[in-house]
Amino acid sequence: MIGQLTLPFRLLVACIYLFLLAPILIVLPLSFSNDSYITFPPESWGLRWYAAMFSHAGFAQALWISLIIAVTVTILGLAAGVPAAFAIRRRQFIGREFLLNLFTAPLLLPSIVLGLAILLVFVQARLLGTYTGLIIAHLIITTPYVIRIMLTAFSTLPPSVEDAATMLGASPFTVVRRITLPLMMPGFIASAALSFLLSFDEVVISLFITGPRLRTLPVEIFDYVESQTDPMTAAVSVVLVGATLLIIFLIERTLGLSKTIGK
Amino acid sequence: MAAITSSVPIAEAPARRKTFPFLLIALLLPMAIINFVAFVLPVIRLGMISFIESRSGGVLTNNYTLENYVDFFTDSFSFELVSNSLILGFGVTLITLCCAYPIALFLHRVSPKWRNMLFVITVSPLLVSSVVRTYGWMVILGDQGVINGILMSSGVIDSPLRLTNNTLGVFVGMVEVLIPYMALSLIAGFGRLENVYEEAAASLGANSWTRFRRVILPLTAPGIALGCLLCFVLSISSFITPKLLGGGRVFLLATEIYDQAVIQLEWPTAAAISVIVLIIFGLALAVYSRVVKRFD
Repeated sequence: MIGQLTLPFRLLVACIYLFLLAPILIVLPLSFSNDSYITFPPESWGLRWYAAMFSHAGFAQALWISLIIAVTVTILGLAAGVPAAFAIRRRQFIGREFLLNLFTAPLLLPSIVLGLAILLVFVQARLLGTYTGLIIAHLIITTPYVIRIMLTAFSTLPPSVEDAATMLGASPFTVVRRITLPLMMPGFIASAALSFLLSFDEVVISLFITGPRLRTLPVEIFDYVESQTDPMTAAVSVVLVGATLLIIFLIERTLGLSKTIGK
Repeated sequence: MAAITSSVPIAEAPARRKTFPFLLIALLLPMAIINFVAFVLPVIRLGMISFIESRSGGVLTNNYTLENYVDFFTDSFSFELVSNSLILGFGVTLITLCCAYPIALFLHRVSPKWRNMLFVITVSPLLVSSVVRTYGWMVILGDQGVINGILMSSGVIDSPLRLTNNTLGVFVGMVEVLIPYMALSLIAGFGRLENVYEEAAASLGANSWTRFRRVILPLTAPGIALGCLLCFVLSISSFITPKLLGGGRVFLLATEIYDQAVIQLEWPTAAAISVIVLIIFGLALAVYSRVVKRFD
């Protein structure tokens, strides 16, 4: 039977997994190279490029800028997306479906087209290379996900639960604090984590609207990879992958990832 | 991205809840402002600028013209851009399907304990920036990279094989970047495949190839269609991987949009190419919805 777990089939799948993970796995040994350019296997080993990375002014500054933007985008995205999802899920009004489609439509647009479109508006509004511009541009990428996740989260909380609490004598404040917020928490955390990662990783749209003085970390890495071929990017990549794994691990430990995604 | 085509739970809101219009507006206004400033307005402006007469150096005139589109359709280079992008789109989608289908089938057959772990491994590359993954491929495929290093030190070849800065490198990188998306779509579609169908087919005398062609493939076809749409659309619009692994020698619609907009500052030209990319997107979606209708 095709697809039975025979040895050749297992080997084939193992090879595909190796192919899938190869570029991520290869940067780890390379980051400990002491060579001046990419050779594999490295001729000498050491922490030279980690040291170089931390003393590289561009990366350090870009990391800081990316963190500020990602945190701001996460907070503002939740502040705008959660009420909108609540209104769409819980209130009856004309154009509900239309607004939902409009708010999630940016997902459908290729980011290269969206990046150019935003550039054309921001160049007039003098928002290129500013925090405001980058934050607004990142918000349009993260909020569709926030709205989708929160719609699912609100659907797991039927109004009858809150009504029951109210009927049993809970004040509106108590209902929110004891019923609504705890049940919404996985949705909030999933939206926040995804927003942060999306904003922190965003590169195509950022490439269009960053200025020479305000560059995010992915843009800095992109430019560096395009112009230099030394193992420093490997060191930066390892730190980034490590940080991502740490975030995922923390969420998994506190909540359980599958629960957070809403399965 | 897989969220694009999945349906959103939009249940009927209870009508008994009275809503004050100003409260409703307050709830929706912040999101509406973000959406208008960073989506509606830019898309309208993109469409308008694609019809504006082109002047060099980012200067925009007030004259509307069809020149940008006429130029595009009469230039043989644009023909090359479109055909390169389409070949990449179809080719990458096909190869990605061939790589992701065994993974999805394996996950369907393997015991649940392994399934969860392998599922996490399958989607985990999505959490790693595409710049980092593309850099990994530059390390593997580069002139002094892993493959050339092994082949040269073992004496198989004398001079490095050209594996990057060409279409081959872009194909390898794109397939790897897109496998998780394809696998996710396929796994979603494999839910309809149950062992009893195959057992029934086997008991009626179907050999393994017939069972694959007549039972497994049709049942998983909706997932295949979704995955192919997603991968085609993503590979047409991808920019990072072709730019880095193509080394400026692979010319695609997406890389041309960036070059025209950011390097040449020819915004009207870039806008016109963007509109053409959107039209290709629309066509892909139309084909997809026709294909999906045939499954029902």
